[in-house]
Amino acid sequence: MSYKLVTFKNVCKNFEKIPAVKDINFDIGKGEFLAIMGPSGCGKTTTLRMLAGLEIPSSGEIRFNNRLMNNVKPHERDTPLVWQSLALFPFLNVQENVEFGLKMRGLSPKIRNKKSLEWLEKLEVKELAKRDISTLSGGQKQRVALARSLVMEPEILLLDEPLSALDAHLVIRMQAVLTQLQKELDITFVYVTHSQSEAFAMADRVIIMNVGEVSQIGTPKDIYRSPTNRFVAEFVGRNNILSGKVYDIKSNIAYIKTNAGCFNFQLDKNKPIQKGDKINYIISADLMNFSSVKPQKSNIINCRLISEEYVGSIVTLFLESTDGTEFKIQITERELSKFNIQNGNKYWLSWSEKNVHVLIEE
Amino acid sequence: MTKEKYLNFILITYLIFIFVFIFTPIAFSVIFSFNSQRFPTIPLGNFSLEWYIKIFNDPGVWQAAINSVIVSLVTCILATFLGFCTAYSDYRYRFKFKGLYLALVLLPPTIPLIILALAMLAWLSKIGMSGQLWSIICAHSVLTAPFAMAIIRLRLNQIDPDLESAAWNLGGSEWATMRYVILPYCKPAIISSLCLTAAVSFDEFAISWFVSGLNKTVPVIILEIVQGNIDPQVNAIGTFVFFTSMTLVITAQIFFLTWQMKGKNK
Repeated sequence: MSYKLVTFKNVCKNFEKIPAVKDINFDIGKGEFLAIMGPSGCGKTTTLRMLAGLEIPSSGEIRFNNRLMNNVKPHERDTPLVWQSLALFPFLNVQENVEFGLKMRGLSPKIRNKKSLEWLEKLEVKELAKRDISTLSGGQKQRVALARSLVMEPEILLLDEPLSALDAHLVIRMQAVLTQLQKELDITFVYVTHSQSEAFAMADRVIIMNVGEVSQIGTPKDIYRSPTNRFVAEFVGRNNILSGKVYDIKSNIAYIKTNAGCFNFQLDKNKPIQKGDKINYIISADLMNFSSVKPQKSNIINCRLISEEYVGSIVTLFLESTDGTEFKIQITERELSKFNIQNGNKYWLSWSEKNVHVLIEE
Repeated sequence: MTKEKYLNFILITYLIFIFVFIFTPIAFSVIFSFNSQRFPTIPLGNFSLEWYIKIFNDPGVWQAAINSVIVSLVTCILATFLGFCTAYSDYRYRFKFKGLYLALVLLPPTIPLIILALAMLAWLSKIGMSGQLWSIICAHSVLTAPFAMAIIRLRLNQIDPDLESAAWNLGGSEWATMRYVILPYCKPAIISSLCLTAAVSFDEFAISWFVSGLNKTVPVIILEIVQGNIDPQVNAIGTFVFFTSMTLVITAQIFFLTWQMKGKNK
């Protein structure tokens, strides 16, 4: 990380003695696109609101450019937020909305007019300048809300689930707009979302939160391929997680026994594992192979097909082994069409010992 | 006839009766105000503006009208200000005994007017404030502030709770946010409340009569005229009062309804 723009140090927040955020620590680098992700009630929005000064931390320190921010009022900060509800002012037109922050800063009408039009143009909604907010579509409102925040030319932009109200195709469109803006302007983005696809598509780094605590911080790839705990492994979805006990280790291969059968995995030098350790054995659904005949490999299991789920050209198959363990596998529709698949039929799943991610159970 | 049609028929008839019942006396008062005859009887005499000319030339009526206008103007501003403050404190803050606070605020209209008037008289004379125009304004503000609060509170309940925070977030201090976000948002409710409280104050008799002393308002002077003798001047004055109040109430209603509709469309 280059320059640390924001630092959270041992930050806690209680609402009437109920903890919402418990002792979180992390830094945000300058120019970084950071996503904070987690299920509802995990404290991600509270964290963002603390950064904007809308909540005051119960304890701990929040620093911005190394300045202690705990008791700085919201209007004295330069941390514009794009709201989930958008919170556009209904009694002002589009341009007046965008000018609002500039007006509060005491800029002259002439400069306000120039800057607001400039940003409306950048977001391709200049022609709407004189329109009423209530006449805009969801996507247009979104762009106006972004313009209203960006016109302040801040060092950091906070976004609270800004795309959650949009249609799926617009979400993809706006994701591209956001990432491009972020790169172009070189502003730090802090993006709160519960959507994995949004977070992973845009962010440089992702923070996963659970019940008020930080579960993992890392690049999308780190989080996807190397979850550091079971919560993250489950939350990012599409992971097959088996619990088992290591019963043998030969050179750099370890063997474990699970309810579904005996499997093996390649040992990682950085992660010492001993015989008798209880571990979570994780294989990502997209790293599994599918076949109708028994493969001549070590890690295989015979499963009955339960259901399929199509998202674009990617198919997720849900299967069940003889002992009742559920398995998921993701393959392309094109590849799947080579098989004559039918629910209830039995197929073989297999994976390489190199693609296994292992967590030692605490 | 189906059951529904039957029910509709009854309801509409009922509604018509209510309107007839309410508006007939008023309509007659308006009609008789243009009648040349001294006594309100049918058949009517000639069309005449006699009574209007008479009240126009009566300095007592003029003084009462001016008093009423001053009282209702100042009252509506004071009451709306008080109502806005209470409604906003209710919207924005959480505190202990808030329920009690709200109950106390909404209490005045539940007290019988005559009792409120007596209490006001007793209290105002004790502090040496009775018998002045200010006394009526003071008492009317107490009476009408709850209406103002109720209307503005309704509007504040519709506000997106993020709107205020959004203004702070964009660099607006709390006062600037009040000035540029909360007040503009509440504008229709504030206009509505100004009209309604003015109308209530303009029409109010009991309290005015008790605390006014020599500063008579229009309803007070109407009573005095009626007590003296039968004089169709009253009808002429009544017509003015009726149209003033109706204009205010309808204006209030128009602002109220427009924002209600907008609120629903959102």
